[in-house]
Amino acid sequence: MRDKEAADVFGQVTEAASAGGVTEIEAILSSETQALTRFANNTIHQNVSERTMHLSVRPVIEGRTARAGTNRLDRDAIRRVVDEAIAIARLTEPDSELPPLAEPAGYAQPVRQFEDTAAASPEERARAVTEAIHAVESQGQTAAGIYSTGESFYALMNSRGVAASHRETLARFSITAMAADSSGWAKASACHHTAFQPLQLAQTAARKAAASRDPRELAPGRYTVVLEPAAVLDLVGQMFGDFSATAIRDGRSFLNDRIGQKLFGDNITIHDDALDPQQSGPPFDGEGVPRRRLTLVERGVVREIAYCRQAAAHAGVEPTGHGFPLPNEVGEAPMNIVIAGANSTVDEMIASTERGILVTRFWYIREVDPYEKIFTGMTRDGTFLIEAGKVTAGVRNFRFNQSLIEMLSNVEALSAAVRASGEEVFDLVAPAMKVRAFNFTETTRF
Amino acid sequence: MNDLALQALDAVTRRGVSYADVRAIETRGREIATKNGKVGHVSGSESMGLGIRVLAHGCWGFAATDDLTREGIEAAAGLAYRIALASVAARKHPVTLAPEEAHRATWVSPYRSDPFSISIDQQVALLLSVDAELRRQEGVSLAEASMHFERQRQVFASTLGSLVDQTRVTSGAGFSALSYKDGEIQRRSYPNSFGGQYQLKGYELVEELRLLENAPRIAEEAVALHSADQCPEGEFDLILDSSQLGLQIHESIGHPIELDRVLGSEANYAGMSFLTLDQLRRLQYGSEMVNVVCDARQEHGPGLGTFAFDDEGVPARSTDIIRNGQFVGYMTSRETAAQVGETKSNGCMRADGWGRIPLIRMTNVSLEPGRQSLDEVMGAEHAIYMETNRSWSIDDKRYNFQFGCEIGWEMRNGQRVRMLKNPSYSGISTEFWNACAAIAGPEHWTLWGVPNCGKGQPEQVMGTGHGASPARFRKIKVGSAYAG
Repeated sequence: MRDKEAADVFGQVTEAASAGGVTEIEAILSSETQALTRFANNTIHQNVSERTMHLSVRPVIEGRTARAGTNRLDRDAIRRVVDEAIAIARLTEPDSELPPLAEPAGYAQPVRQFEDTAAASPEERARAVTEAIHAVESQGQTAAGIYSTGESFYALMNSRGVAASHRETLARFSITAMAADSSGWAKASACHHTAFQPLQLAQTAARKAAASRDPRELAPGRYTVVLEPAAVLDLVGQMFGDFSATAIRDGRSFLNDRIGQKLFGDNITIHDDALDPQQSGPPFDGEGVPRRRLTLVERGVVREIAYCRQAAAHAGVEPTGHGFPLPNEVGEAPMNIVIAGANSTVDEMIASTERGILVTRFWYIREVDPYEKIFTGMTRDGTFLIEAGKVTAGVRNFRFNQSLIEMLSNVEALSAAVRASGEEVFDLVAPAMKVRAFNFTETTRF
Repeated sequence: MNDLALQALDAVTRRGVSYADVRAIETRGREIATKNGKVGHVSGSESMGLGIRVLAHGCWGFAATDDLTREGIEAAAGLAYRIALASVAARKHPVTLAPEEAHRATWVSPYRSDPFSISIDQQVALLLSVDAELRRQEGVSLAEASMHFERQRQVFASTLGSLVDQTRVTSGAGFSALSYKDGEIQRRSYPNSFGGQYQLKGYELVEELRLLENAPRIAEEAVALHSADQCPEGEFDLILDSSQLGLQIHESIGHPIELDRVLGSEANYAGMSFLTLDQLRRLQYGSEMVNVVCDARQEHGPGLGTFAFDDEGVPARSTDIIRNGQFVGYMTSRETAAQVGETKSNGCMRADGWGRIPLIRMTNVSLEPGRQSLDEVMGAEHAIYMETNRSWSIDDKRYNFQFGCEIGWEMRNGQRVRMLKNPSYSGISTEFWNACAAIAGPEHWTLWGVPNCGKGQPEQVMGTGHGASPARFRKIKVGSAYAG
């Protein structure tokens, strides 16, 4: 999909809308090609490719709106989806707070599309996977994981002249190495597939699996933890949906009555920055507003939150460019999180720990308490005991129940921030953290 | 649709494959939501495409496309075949499949009222009435209500000669009331959390749920939770309502019995299972009253896991999973059945639309009703009763779990003596099911729908069904979510 094709489709959308007596209309057009090579038991067992397109349209008719979508882009299908959106919109109640369609704006053009990543072949992925499997298998272990490459296009256009588009490639490699009673894991993602080395990730996973063999069972309790960036990402990343003006207005955010307060430690500063070089995604939001850089947390104090256009109008401020496509109930959320790091390293954090736990990743994280921001979850695939400044053994996995407010007040050291990739939330830029008094409440059987 | 599926099958068969199947799918959806007296999300959607799965040189390849021109289908067929060939580079053993017959059938799931024939303004009006009823209660900060409808027609064709045309209509509806007060957020949902109840039904489901009648009670409970006592920490007899028990089944029985997970296919993401092959017919999974089936047949009920054929053309079956407490069966595919020496798949392969490959997924994994009356289940001398899930988490081998619920009550001799907020419980899967002491009878059995089960890479979202009656468990660890 190219800009010109998108413009052609939008021309058909406006034509169909005019025929229906509607002049205010928005279209979101996306296309994606994704291929994924999946392996387990040291062999490729699933190997897939998917090509998709999607068009959704949203008319605005006297304070009413609705959205209809289709993956058919022939003339009849486009007319049908526009007619359906108009028919649905006319049946809904008018909303006095519904904003008009967005006005045109200037958009940054981050370069996040790379031809060689878009063109990566099944044979290339199979070669990299075979090499990674060999690295694990040669250690007497079993490998499982994925290598995916893909390309996406996203455009938002409206009858007031907004024509924003973004093109991006993305590659991911993830690997789990399994030994008899232990496992290790590593993962990376980037817009350019050469930004990470699958073989190195495989070696890291294998090393962790070997080092955590014969795991010891420790009593649950409060421990100093060293959290690798993926563990920080998957846990801390859970809270950013609350940095939302709509969530606060709804009473569902933990930031209710807390804006401007010092919630976290002095060493916690967090931005939302769509243009950070380690980030991915479009530089505009689901309403067509350019994404503005936000200082969400500055030295532990909650400073800024995201505003969609409706929330901004309600609060009398400018929208920040974090809105989701209308109509929706959620409003907005920061999606390009950058947690500022510092100058420590994981090795230094370990060396400075008398007794603690090194965590590679967390798993199945769910919210226990929405206001105290208590989350539960498990450690997984590489959990280690630290004694006298050294990793001395693998340990059986723990369940935690931990307040993020408390955790981010107990951070003793941070590494440099890196693009981190986990399984529970979207990728973000995060450092490793050393945290005191992390609350492990149970252990499991492995 | 038939022509498209057969055209794609022909395009890939010509390349020389040992097996291939095609799923051509057309989906129509509608979603309506209201929030605090206003219409929120209103949308309609349609999608059409096909997925081609091939087995060539002992390896799988899969390609999906929404370009349904002759050229587009040809390209997808070529890509599926090329991907299979690329997989040979890391082949250990050629894939073999358990045998299956050719099937020719057309099936439409039963429904009384087509949800797409009901006008949107009528559906919006019901949700706004519920919304108004919720906000009538002082202290409700956020009222949300929603409906979801989907009709999906799938034509499956395979080189075995199967041609199966299935249409499934699913509906879902529910609401919630959230109350924020003095640094505490409490929520109550009806009839279940995370969107309500979902079944393989038409609009009659929405009418059966009696949304409006239940709104005042739910709103009142959401606000009352602020002044309730905190759930105590310790060992208690635990009584679960059927919706929470449905999710308990999903997490601590449904996922561990997926044979692909047991054999390592999901090790990198969803994880593995404590139910290793040596446990079959040996492990005492639960107490003797625990009987669990995996049943996709229409006679099991209108579940999100009900169909006539799975997504590799195997007829819907009922399989015993736990019989008198003993672990006796897995969910299988043709490939995994062959791997463990079974002669047939029991038909649990399901895909999230045309763009994704089938994986072993739960169909309807249900706890059979017990013999106790509801009074007997509730009638322990001292117990804690919990309703409606709030949080859920389990380790990657499915041993250690922790659930939170929206509301609880301390019970003495069958009577509610006080409301409890923030209730939670935790344990080890087999210890929990072996502590099962009472299960209510069939008149209290509900087939719940879980619409958002995630699995696979790229991730697939699937609807699953879980039938359960309220049940009681002895000496369960309660309250650890807030411990420490």
